Formats: sequence, structure tokens, C-alpha cells
Amino acid sequence: MRKKNGISNLYLVLVFAVLYAPILYLMYYSFNSGGTMHDFESFTLDHYKEVFADTRLIIIVINTLVIALLSSTIATVIAVFGSLAIQNMRRARFKNTLLSLNNVLIVSPDVIIGASFLILFTLVGIKLGFASVLISHVAFSIPIAVLMILPRLQEMSPTLIDAARDLGASRRDVLTKVILPFIRPGIFSGFFMALTYSLDDFAVTFFVTGSGYSTLAVEIYSRARQGVSLSINALSTLIFLFTIFLVVAYYISTRRSEKRRSGEPAARMGVPR
Amino acid sequence: MKSMTRTLILILVAALALILLANRLNSSQGYSSGNTLTIYNWGDYIDPELLDRFQEETGITVIYQTFDSNEAMLTKIEQGGTTFDVAVPSDYAIEKMRADNLLIPLDHDKIPNMQYIDSKFMNLSFDPDNKYSMPYFWGTLGVVYNPNLTDLTFESWEDLWDPSLRNDLLLTDGAREVIGTGLASLGYSLNDTNEEHLQEALDKLMGMSPNVKAIVGDEIKLLLANDEAAAGLVFSGDASEIMSENEELDYVVPEEGSNLYFDNMVIPKTAQNVDGAMQFINFMLDPEVNAQNTEYVGYSTPNDAALALLPEDVSSDERFYPPDELTAHLEVYENLGKKMLVHYNELFLRFKMNGS
Amino acid sequence: MNGKGSGNARSLAYIPYYLWVVLFVIAPVVLVVYYSLLDVEGHFTLSNYVDFFTPVYLKMTISSFWYAFLITLFSLLIAYPAAYLLTRTKHKQLWLLLIILPTWINLLLKTYAFIGIFGTYGPINALFGAIGIGEQQLLFTSGSFVFVSIYIFVPFMIMPIYNALEELNVSLTDAARDLGASSWITFRRVIFPLTLSGVKAGCISVFIPALSLFMITRLIAGNKVITLGTAIEQHFLVTQDWGMGSTVAVFLIFAMAVIMFLTGGNRKGVRR
Repeated sequence: MRKKNGISNLYLVLVFAVLYAPILYLMYYSFNSGGTMHDFESFTLDHYKEVFADTRLIIIVINTLVIALLSSTIATVIAVFGSLAIQNMRRARFKNTLLSLNNVLIVSPDVIIGASFLILFTLVGIKLGFASVLISHVAFSIPIAVLMILPRLQEMSPTLIDAARDLGASRRDVLTKVILPFIRPGIFSGFFMALTYSLDDFAVTFFVTGSGYSTLAVEIYSRARQGVSLSINALSTLIFLFTIFLVVAYYISTRRSEKRRSGEPAARMGVPR
Repeated sequence: MKSMTRTLILILVAALALILLANRLNSSQGYSSGNTLTIYNWGDYIDPELLDRFQEETGITVIYQTFDSNEAMLTKIEQGGTTFDVAVPSDYAIEKMRADNLLIPLDHDKIPNMQYIDSKFMNLSFDPDNKYSMPYFWGTLGVVYNPNLTDLTFESWEDLWDPSLRNDLLLTDGAREVIGTGLASLGYSLNDTNEEHLQEALDKLMGMSPNVKAIVGDEIKLLLANDEAAAGLVFSGDASEIMSENEELDYVVPEEGSNLYFDNMVIPKTAQNVDGAMQFINFMLDPEVNAQNTEYVGYSTPNDAALALLPEDVSSDERFYPPDELTAHLEVYENLGKKMLVHYNELFLRFKMNGS
Repeated sequence: MNGKGSGNARSLAYIPYYLWVVLFVIAPVVLVVYYSLLDVEGHFTLSNYVDFFTPVYLKMTISSFWYAFLITLFSLLIAYPAAYLLTRTKHKQLWLLLIILPTWINLLLKTYAFIGIFGTYGPINALFGAIGIGEQQLLFTSGSFVFVSIYIFVPFMIMPIYNALEELNVSLTDAARDLGASSWITFRRVIFPLTLSGVKAGCISVFIPALSLFMITRLIAGNKVITLGTAIEQHFLVTQDWGMGSTVAVFLIFAMAVIMFLTGGNRKGVRR
């Protein structure tokens, strides 16, 4: 048993090592005085100073975070109801049709989404900037959130809902007390994957933005012709460390409140974590 | 449910706080004031200090927005909904914008600094009499190579076909550039539209496939500086950046002729502050400002007076400021029309598929 | 009375989603179909569809599907054990978050890092040199292309599988084991079937976007791999031949719908 544990730990360590390898590589060179991502010359913090001196870049980072947080949240909320809508379709044919429509944006390359959204916004007359970027990010994050939430819903046995209904629960109660807690892991996955989509998007944002509003991905891609400087590495390192800090802090705080609540056993009964 | 609601509130509060912070930063930069000028340029293609200086001198707040390709920029300006006052497209894109009525003519009286521009960079086919555009930077298409990795000198395009270069050549991912290499090596014009000549060029290029290690985009700079290949087909602007990172490399424009390219400043139809735009163009052509910008960006400047202010080793570097005899051989891309462009790309696709 | 009222309320809650379907899915699809019927000069034509069924695009289609299949398969093979082992760790939710975290760093930067890592003078080749394998060309091969694609998609596969495994009742597997089932049988007959919906969700969220991959076909594969996504990108951004680009997109959407119907059919029995 112990040996088995060793192997499985090794496997996880390997997976994490590969996932973090390019990031560590980026971080390592953010301290390179040589100015390139090869030939480490000597240690410097100059690239970090550059980041803090560049107000425009800092505003862009803030914009990126605001868009990511807001769009993922809104997209997840819409996706929860979207998943319910798909799940409640009686006929398999309608269900598959709706699911196919849901996935259209996932299969379409970003340039097409960006170009068609741009045409859409200019037709309707929405001013390009914060609003158009936010709406677009919500729009392309919805399908992935639905994909993450749907399997949980499908696993939920209909008898559970029927039982709750029989016990006199209103539809609202069924939703908030039975369905939502059950699909909670799916909702969180959906939210995090939406964050990923939003943070990584370049093409759609590029097309639908205006009046100087920019996100980090757009800025990085448009720097490619002139060469992406190491200050971007430094910035990514800072963002990365900050996110790790947030994730750990968030985890500890939820653990703590969970522990406190485990004093009331009925509250979490039957709700898998 | 409770924890979800809590998370939701936490996220909204965080987002709100960030929005407030961004607003504060924006207003401290003056971005929210009325007198603004929106510049649409390639990323990191201007010394940011100059934007501050322009702001100080004129009181106009500069908003800087970036694009990563001429075509993407064109789509944005064509579709509207934006308020770009100055844009910096390349030659063929300017020709297209001109044809599509997307530009506002320049008032030369308001741009006295245009007198400093070398006359050979004025009045070119893509914009006769510079009615719509002023040169920003220019360059050539050529070969970057590492003399330690290859004995070839690339004075002729033929060297790209040399068997010793097997799997050691990187190409820029551009139909005009690669097909153009085939055309130039056969002695045809880079703007050739003759079907037979193009087919001949493609046939010849097919013979180059074994040498081609990869066809890449902007990352070609990274790859060549890392010595991933002995040689690469690149623009001189990229070349100067690669060589500043890896001093062993050299750049040459093959003598059969090659492409001469320009990035010019224009005022698109979307402009809201046309006067400010003229002021900005004039500001960028000021010799001292232009010299500072050239040092920052590292491309070749068309501004004679600015060139005189640059250090001797820059201004006398014939690789980036070639003598007139050589520039006479160079051709600027003409807009060949959409149909021809599609055809060039079809040929290029066939070339790519041949290598895969 | 009550039931009916809140029933309406729930339909009301569906409205944003349906609105999204109409505005951001159906409207763009109509637009894309419309553009696919235009030639470069803006005249109505079917020539784009005729062009699509030529060897060049057929070869591209086959290679797109083949690579998407490989990427999905390997992602699954890597993600399933990883998700399974994650559910057994002590701070599993923290570890799960740490799996997603790398996806929040810009993809172009990570790809640049991979160019450095896989490069001739990069750490991998240094390692190869040290253990005597010798220098290998890693960049611009289909192998590195598949590797980096898996790198991008693995978190999308791990998430739904992890959720499915999480929900799995431990007592169920214990019961199976108590009844004398070997680990393999327990896995094949109990665990895997019960996590099928998660596996399916993972496969869909990897396979479908993998069909339209671009960028890394150029950055990592050096255009040695050409997919439909690359073609669309080229048509939209380089030749500005939106007609042909849209035609390829229409085909992709059509192919996706067919896949959804084929895989969706199996669900019927499961629901009740």
C-alpha cells in the first residue's frame, strides 16, 4: 500500500511539475539583466521597477481583472439557468439541438467570434469599450460554464427533486436548497474555467474594444512584433504569486468557516463536497 | 448556498474596488479629461516618454491603443465604432485604406517638420504626394544568418536553396514575402501578377522545402536569437532587434532586389481630433523627438535630420541604412487587389502543405 | 397557484440564457452562413463550398480531426488518473485550484517559454545531452504540438472528471471490493461507468476547441501542422477572404453538431 502511495504521489508531482514548468521558466528569466529569455546574465530587479513605473500597464491589469471577475460571475449565473433549461428539455432532439447551439462558440475560432460580435455591436450601436468587452466575455464564457455544470445536473436523480416537492418544498426552495448545493462543484468549475477563457482571450477583445480600453492579453499580443519585453515576465510573476496567495487564503478561510459550521450537522447533510 | 452567496458578494466587492482604483489611476493620468487624442499603433512601437512630453507641450491627453497586424487594424477602422485619431499602418494597408476612403487628407501646412524627411521616402506609389501619410519607420526584407553556423553569405537569394542549409532555415509567415522570394530569385517583380511567373515561383519554392525548418510569425526573432536555425527570412526591423540580442548574427539584403516597407502615420476617417492628430504627426517628425524614438524602437528612420543626431555606428550602418544604389533595387508592395492576394495565399498554402 | 407562479419565475430565469442563444449564437451563425455565400468581391456564390471540397481542405480536415482525437485521447489518459489521485489527497480542493491556476497566465508567454524549453539549447536538450541521448529536434514536430496542446487542455479534462469522482459514493466502491471484485473490475464496472458523464463533458470541452486550434500550430509546430483553425485565421486576418473563412467555420459548426447528436443519443437510457 505504501509503495502504491509513492507511485501515485510521484504521478501527481510529475503532473504539477509539467503544468508549472513554463511558468517557472518565465519567472526565472524575469530576473535576467540580459533582457532576453535565454542566456541568463545576472540577477536584476529592473524589470519589476519598470512594471511599477508603467501606470498604463497597471490600469490594463486592473481592467483585465475586473472583466474576468465580472464576466465569469455573470456567465456562471446565466449558465446555471441555461443548464437547467437544457436538462429540463423533454425531447432528446431539442436537448441535443440546444446543446449544439451552446457549443457553437466553443468550436468557432476567436477571430470569427470577434468579427461577428463587432458587426453585432456596431449594428446595435453599442459604444466599443468596457461594456462591449464585458458583454463579449460573458457571451463566450457561458458555453464552457454550461459544459461544466451540466454533468452534475444529469447525475442528480429526479427522485431527489420529486421527494423534496412531495415534502412541500416550493420550486424556489427546490432550486436553492436541493439543486444548487448539489451542483455546487460544477458551478465552481464553471466559474474557474470561465475565468481561464476570459483571462486568455485576445482576439475577441481586440475586435470589440475601443477608446483605449485594453486587456493584458491584447497588450501582450500586440507587443509581439516588437518583441515581448521581460517586464511582461515580471508582471506575470507578480500576478502569479498574488493569485497563489489569494487561492491559499481563500482555501484556508473556507476551511475555517466549514469547520465552524460542521457543528450544525443537519446543515450539510447529504451534500457532497 | 450560503458560501456561494458569500463568494458572489466577495467577487462583486473586489470588482467594484478595482474599478474605483482604475478610475483613480485614469484621472491621475488625465485620461478622463476632454482634450484627448487616441493613437492606434503596434504594441511597444513608440517611446512612452514621448507621449508624456507631447502631453506636456500641448495639453492633449494621449490614449494609446495597440494592434498586432495591419489586417486586424483595417477591420477595426472599417467597422467603425471607434475614435482613432492617428494610426500607423504599413504601405499596402495605406493603399487599401486610401482606395476605400478611410483616410483624411493631411494639411501639409500644419506639418512643417515634413521638410526633414529624406525625399527618397516621399511621394511613393502607395501614397502619391504624401497626401494621406507621413513616414514613421521603414525597412527592408532580407536574411539574418549566423556566420558560425553556415558558410553562405546570402548575397543572392539562391543561397536559400543551398543543400547545406537543410532543415536550417526559418521563414516569415507571409504569402507576399515567401512567394516574393521565389519571384525575386527568378528575376521577376515582387508585384508580379502573371500566372505563369507565379506558378514558376511556386515550383521553385517547392525545392526549398527540405531547407525550411519552420514557417513562423513574430517569434522568429526569439528563435533566431536563440540560434535555432542558421538563417531566417526577416524584415530589417526584426533583424536589428535580433542582432541586438545576439551579436554574432548578420543581416543582408540579397542583391537581386527585395521588399522595401514603410509604416506611416495616417489620420483615419474615425478621427475626432484632426487638429491634434496633425500636431502629433508634426511632433513625431521633429528631429530630436524622432531621434529619441528611433533609439527606443530600433528601426530605420526616414528622417534625415534625426539620423544626423544618432550615434555614428547607427547612422553609418549600411545594413539598415543602405546606400542609394541598393535602395534603387527595392520594391514597395503594391495592393494587388483582393483576388490576387487570395491567389498568393493559395499558392503559399500549397507550399506550406508541401512541407507538412 | 403557488407552483404555477414560481414556474413562471423559473421560465423568467431562463430568459437571459435564451437571449444569449439568440443574440450571440444564432445571430452570428446566420452572419457566418451569409458570409460563406459571398465571394471576395461580395457576390453570391456557392464557389466557396466547391473550393472546400478540394484535396487541400480535405487533407486539412483529416489532420484537424486526427490531432483533435489524439489530443483528447492523451488528455483523458493523463487527466483521469490525475483526477482520481487528486480526490484522494488531503487538501484536494486546494490542489484542484492549483491545477487550474497555470491556465490564468497568458498563453502566448507560456508558449514562448515552451519554445525556450524545447529549443536546441534549452533545458530538455541539455538533459538529453547529459544522459547520452544526444540533441534532438523537439520544436516544430507534431509531437511537441500535441504535447503543448495537451498542456493547454488537461485542466479542462481534469475538472469534470474530478467532480464526477467526488460525487462517487465511497461506500459503493467499498461494497464492490467487499464482494471480492479486484481493483480493475471495481474500476471498470463501478467507478468508470459512474463517472462517464464527467468523462464525456471533459472530452467535449477538449475535442471541440481542439478542432479549431491555431496559434500554436505556428508557434510550436512551425506550420508543419495545418488545421482548419489556422485556415480560418488566415482567411479572416490575412487574405480578408471572409467568405472562405466562414465556409470553413460553417463546416466546423456542422461537424460539431453531428458529434453532439451522435454522442447525445446514448443519454436516453441513462436519464430515467
